[in-house]
Amino acid sequence: MAEIFFFLAAVGAVAGAAGTVMLRDAFYSVLALVCHLIFLAMLFLLLRAEFVAAAQVIVYAGAVMVLYVFVVGYVGGLEAGLAGRSGPALRVISVLFALALFVELTIALVGTGLEALTTEGAPYRTPFGEPSEVGRMFLTDYLVAFEVASLLLLIAAVGAVILARRRSGLGDSREISVTELLGRDELTKGKGEAGEMIEAGGPRDI
Amino acid sequence: MDLIWYLIVSALIFCIGAGGVLTRRNPLVVLLCLELMLNAANLALVAFARAHGDMGGQIFALMVMVVAACEVAVGLGLVVAIYRRRLPIDVDELRELQG
Amino acid sequence: MSVTTLGWLVLLAPLAGTLLIAFTSQVLPQRVHGALGTLAIAVAFVAAVLMFFGLQDRGEEERQLVSVAWDYANTVGVDIQLAILVDPLSTLMCLVVTGVSTLIHLYSYAYMRGDRGYTRFFAYLNFFVFSMLILVLAANFFLLIVGWAFVGAASYMLISFWYRRTTATAAGIKAFVINVAGDVGLVLGTYFIFKGTGTLDFLKTFEAVGTSFTENQAELVAGCILLLVGAFAKSAQVPFHTWLPDAMEGPTPVSSLIHAATMVTAGVYLIARLHPLFEHAPDAAMVGSIIGCATLLIAATIGLVVTDLKRVIAYSTMSQIGYMIMAVSSAVYAAGMFHLMTHAFFKALLFMAAGSVISAMGGNQDLDKMGGFRKVMPFTFGCMVIGGLALSGIPPFSGFFSKDEILAYMLDRGGVYVVMAILGYVGALMTAFYTFRMIFRAFFGPMSPEAEELSHGHLYHAPEPTNPATGEVEDTDVGFPGPEHHIAERAGGMKIAMGGLAVLAIVGGFLQIPGVTSELHHFLEPTFHDSELFEEIHPSVTAEWIGLLVGAVIGAVGIFGAWKIYGKGGNAAAFQARFAGVHKFFVNKWYFDEAIDFLIVRPSAWLGRFANSTFERLFVNGALVGGSSGAIRALSAAVRGIQSGYLRYYAALLLIGFSGLGAYFLISA
Repeated sequence: MAEIFFFLAAVGAVAGAAGTVMLRDAFYSVLALVCHLIFLAMLFLLLRAEFVAAAQVIVYAGAVMVLYVFVVGYVGGLEAGLAGRSGPALRVISVLFALALFVELTIALVGTGLEALTTEGAPYRTPFGEPSEVGRMFLTDYLVAFEVASLLLLIAAVGAVILARRRSGLGDSREISVTELLGRDELTKGKGEAGEMIEAGGPRDI
Repeated sequence: MDLIWYLIVSALIFCIGAGGVLTRRNPLVVLLCLELMLNAANLALVAFARAHGDMGGQIFALMVMVVAACEVAVGLGLVVAIYRRRLPIDVDELRELQG
Repeated sequence: MSVTTLGWLVLLAPLAGTLLIAFTSQVLPQRVHGALGTLAIAVAFVAAVLMFFGLQDRGEEERQLVSVAWDYANTVGVDIQLAILVDPLSTLMCLVVTGVSTLIHLYSYAYMRGDRGYTRFFAYLNFFVFSMLILVLAANFFLLIVGWAFVGAASYMLISFWYRRTTATAAGIKAFVINVAGDVGLVLGTYFIFKGTGTLDFLKTFEAVGTSFTENQAELVAGCILLLVGAFAKSAQVPFHTWLPDAMEGPTPVSSLIHAATMVTAGVYLIARLHPLFEHAPDAAMVGSIIGCATLLIAATIGLVVTDLKRVIAYSTMSQIGYMIMAVSSAVYAAGMFHLMTHAFFKALLFMAAGSVISAMGGNQDLDKMGGFRKVMPFTFGCMVIGGLALSGIPPFSGFFSKDEILAYMLDRGGVYVVMAILGYVGALMTAFYTFRMIFRAFFGPMSPEAEELSHGHLYHAPEPTNPATGEVEDTDVGFPGPEHHIAERAGGMKIAMGGLAVLAIVGGFLQIPGVTSELHHFLEPTFHDSELFEEIHPSVTAEWIGLLVGAVIGAVGIFGAWKIYGKGGNAAAFQARFAGVHKFFVNKWYFDEAIDFLIVRPSAWLGRFANSTFERLFVNGALVGGSSGAIRALSAAVRGIQSGYLRYYAALLLIGFSGLGAYFLISA
């Protein structure tokens, strides 16, 4: 029984991955990835990682992908210049390379002594994979990682806000503190061409 | 199932993701393929955790997810900023950091 | 105090003077610095006198003392020590140097007043005296070379004292370069000697020279000739003499101290000090004698025709040094050193008097423009005449006893030296002639405008200060002469100094009256006891007196000739016209400057230009610098190509690296 579920989940995951890579429209790629994530969660469940599976669905598929959907909706997926793949030559080469990489990895996997492991896996204690166990580990063995992770999330959130902030249009661009951070804006204002880093100090005079 | 099957699936997804990173021109899709590769790693981690009976693998996988989430947030912020500047959203065109 | 301690005091007092003046240069007034400088040299003179007495107190055998202060290097088998040698020769030189220097400092105290660089002048003068004393007190070749080099540097600093005058700086450079050429000779000569004897100490070298070298061995002769090159460059002998007339660009006290009394006598001292070497290599000594003789003639002929007051005296110096070099190379040591002493007196006196006249002329040195100063500057005139008579060898002045004694001794030596002595008498004739030519032109004849002004009690000042040689306009700020001019009649310091030297010029000769006194000969015996020739060459008293009187007569003839042509009723222009060709040759200084320019200066300049344009440009800039930087630039350009800016390119590199790593581990497992 487990084999059937594994097979289904594996095929689904691979299909989702393939779809992410090959679909033209960015929006469809996002949806394909969501699909992939769900099937991956199923694989996790098969591996007795219940908490991880739940986190995968809620956080990854739920929050991160929603973020993606919003951005793709804002930026657009099919406009001229936004879509498109590279030339056919590069595509072929990339595919070949990915194939080569896969072959190498497989050789690595199969050629090693992993056969030593039994089909059922190692014996484990009952709370394996349960949220209580995850919580216990976070607060004892991996406490530092836990705290750092929270700090990282804070930084990422603040960074994302600053990066994506609106600068022109509403309000006086002079009030933006990044300009002060980069020094007096006489240094940068009006001097940057579009696309240069110097423009981060203030918008170009139009 | 044998551990090895999970690992092969993981490898396959990783390679598909790698191919996507090399092939696609839309930075959003490149980021998506990057997510694929991360997920493949997650799968491998969880599989090994199950094989060894060690929870550490799952904790690691959770950390990976946290990092992935942060990276996605910042990356998407960048893409939005680029879009606001009316620059082309094309990985091949965004190559100022050269030389 | 022991004699050697006094020796150190003599050496260090001028050094203390220099340092004191230098370190307080901004805080004390000018006059104090002048007084300090003079005082330092006076202290050195007193110490030298005490040293002299102390030396005489000792027994005859114990009169060569070495005092070591510091042992530099006993490694690599070279014995360099900071040691002074106190013996009669060095004591004599110390007395002459410090004594004349004291008087010249006193003279400068008054003469240089008003010059913005007054303090610097005294610091340099003290430094010069210090260097000269190192030279004469050195107990080994090393310190001798150090003193030699310092003296050259001091000379350069003092010649270019008025450093904003281009003629002065050019003259300073010329003097320095020629001196350095001499230094090279000195050092190489030292090396040759050292190679044979294995020691740098003087006394030890003298002991070893007999055993280390055979008579007239090639290395010894070569070494001695190289040492002579050094001596000639320092003492302005042909062909290294071209710097001395140009050195008259320096202030008059400098000319009188350095280029008359002390520095130019360093070559004479060298040969006298190293007499064992020269006696063991007679060929080198012969070279010295011949060059000395040649110089005295050549310089005298040029002195006949130059029109610059100081340059006449400069050529006279060159000629007299030629006498001295000829003397000490021919083993006539006592007479040579005696002439050195008396020459210091009357030559310094002549320069001082010339300085007074030049001040009266407002800085102009041209003989053609001078005249009639006799009545308005009696003191200066008197000193000039005393100096001139001493120089011409008229009794009872000092030059009479010293100069002709040299010639009498050389006649006694016989052989080719007789020829040289006769040439020496010819030179004496010319000496008297040009000396009094100078005196008659400057002091007799119709009064020049400047003399007229002075007769009204008013010292002439040029409306705008100019360079006397080129006529360029100057100012009186630092780097150029000051606005004031001081003549002897009005400045006490100058009067005292000139008076002192005049007295010495008159009575100095009485030290060696033939048959009556031979103080100097006795005094110098301990130094020259190892020389057979010192005692051998000894003319009888009669022969000496005959030689002296012949010299006096020749001198009188010379003066008379000068009077006929330049004195009252003389027609100088007609005389000059008769010998026009010869005159031109002499006026151009025998074309030595042109020859040196053609042979040495131009090829060197060409070499420098060639090196710059070809070697420097192609090899150094092109290959070495350009090549290495170009290679690195190419390399970095190649590496830069990796940073293309394409994201996918980077990603691909990443993945390739990753798979490579995996493959490596796979294969090695």
